[in-house]
Amino acid sequence: MGNRTPLYQCHLDAGAKIVDFAGWDMPINYGSQIAEHEAVRSDAGMFDVSHMTVVDVSGADARAYLQHLLANDVGRLQLPGKALYSCMLNQQGGVIDDLIVYYLRDGFYRVVINSATREKDLAWLDRQAQGYADLVIKFRDDVALLAVQGPNARDQAIGLFEDYQQERLRQLARFQGAEFDDCFVARTGYTGEDGFEIMMLAEQMPELWQRMLAAGIVPCGLGARDTLRLEAGMNLYGADMDETTTPLVSGLAWTVALGDARDFIGKQALLDQQAAGIQQSFVGLLLLDKGVLRNHLKVVTPLGEGEITSGSYSPTLQRSIAMARLPAGAEGRVEVEVRNKMLSAEIVKLPFVREGKSMLNDGGNQ
Amino acid sequence: MSEVPSELKFLSSHEWVLIEGGVATVGVTDHAQELLGDLVYVELPEQGSSVAAGDSVGVIESVKAASDTYAPVSGEVIEVNEELENAPDKINDDPYGDGWMYKVSMEDPEEVGDLLDAEAYSEAIADEE
Repeated sequence: MGNRTPLYQCHLDAGAKIVDFAGWDMPINYGSQIAEHEAVRSDAGMFDVSHMTVVDVSGADARAYLQHLLANDVGRLQLPGKALYSCMLNQQGGVIDDLIVYYLRDGFYRVVINSATREKDLAWLDRQAQGYADLVIKFRDDVALLAVQGPNARDQAIGLFEDYQQERLRQLARFQGAEFDDCFVARTGYTGEDGFEIMMLAEQMPELWQRMLAAGIVPCGLGARDTLRLEAGMNLYGADMDETTTPLVSGLAWTVALGDARDFIGKQALLDQQAAGIQQSFVGLLLLDKGVLRNHLKVVTPLGEGEITSGSYSPTLQRSIAMARLPAGAEGRVEVEVRNKMLSAEIVKLPFVREGKSMLNDGGNQ
Repeated sequence: MSEVPSELKFLSSHEWVLIEGGVATVGVTDHAQELLGDLVYVELPEQGSSVAAGDSVGVIESVKAASDTYAPVSGEVIEVNEELENAPDKINDDPYGDGWMYKVSMEDPEEVGDLLDAEAYSEAIADEE
């Protein structure tokens, strides 16, 4: 038996197929991964992501600590509740993990990191804390996390909150959250759709799940979560980047604040890599032939070989798509080796899908 | 619990076989489609090609994973289910009916003796879990 979230029994009751995910017993689907994917693109779906790691960082030194720890700059977070996506790098510029950090109030930040990387991340957070006098790092294993995503997700979810909370939730801007007592609701997600991520005390979460279920929000497993994020062009840690790759070759240059005086772990390595010239580009691939692109397949381009970092089937486009790391400058048609056959694919701009719509014929494919 | 029809024969790699006269109709089992989840691509042997029992002759792919399929018997492929090319989900919906994959004109009827019956296959998948 693996670790279980507070919603484990709810998953069984909803007919979930349970798999091991990094030591957690998690729902991979509740019958049809594709139907769940489509529910999120067209209506509203919910994901139990309580296996992810919530860490509160507080104290007078919290901001200085996070500004040194993270490649993106928490100094950009001025409004309480505001979210920032960032990588946490090692000295070589490799990605230890990617995360979301929320600025809750002065001297108080909440960081959400991956589940598979929990032990090494917590050890790293502790190690880097040395030298900060007023800093508390608290792992919140008492907090559960539910994502509600889709074009109708916000409307449906808002109706389930107390009257005094509804108006604030309705006015939340993207990448902005609101805190109510023990509950924090942010307009963030990992699907390319609008929606909320809701953090609350673990014992309160099953009741919220039941109310969401009664409101018609579709339970979705980790399978749909993966195809949704892939269509949305969002990186998956461990597949699209890891400790051996920097954000600059992982399509994440936009998340690194390199242009100011702030010193952060890995900065010098990134500056060196930039000065030497970036050798690889991170792109989307659309399979033109029949078949399915998978992680680690070899990609052949006129400029040399590259590799698919994550590939699957896109239910929205009804063809296979992937993200790949290729020699810099590669463009147009490439070939992918699938079971000793060479299949034809096209390099496209990410994302593939945004808010239910294909980006392929929408100026996204220039 | 997945369905295992008693009139069929099986491979432990989750193919089913219906023997009618000298013709074997081949598909993948309910258990296999449950394990794989929503199927999105099926590669079948070509009509007119020869297959040998135990050969990898095709692939079925779900959103999640790819899985080789093996020929349960030897012979010539006399018909393939071309509808699966555009509708691989027929295997999810009806693995023992509309989801059939191909038919083989059998070379050696004695090969049937090497296949599992429903009881033996049910035990094999119970051991997996």
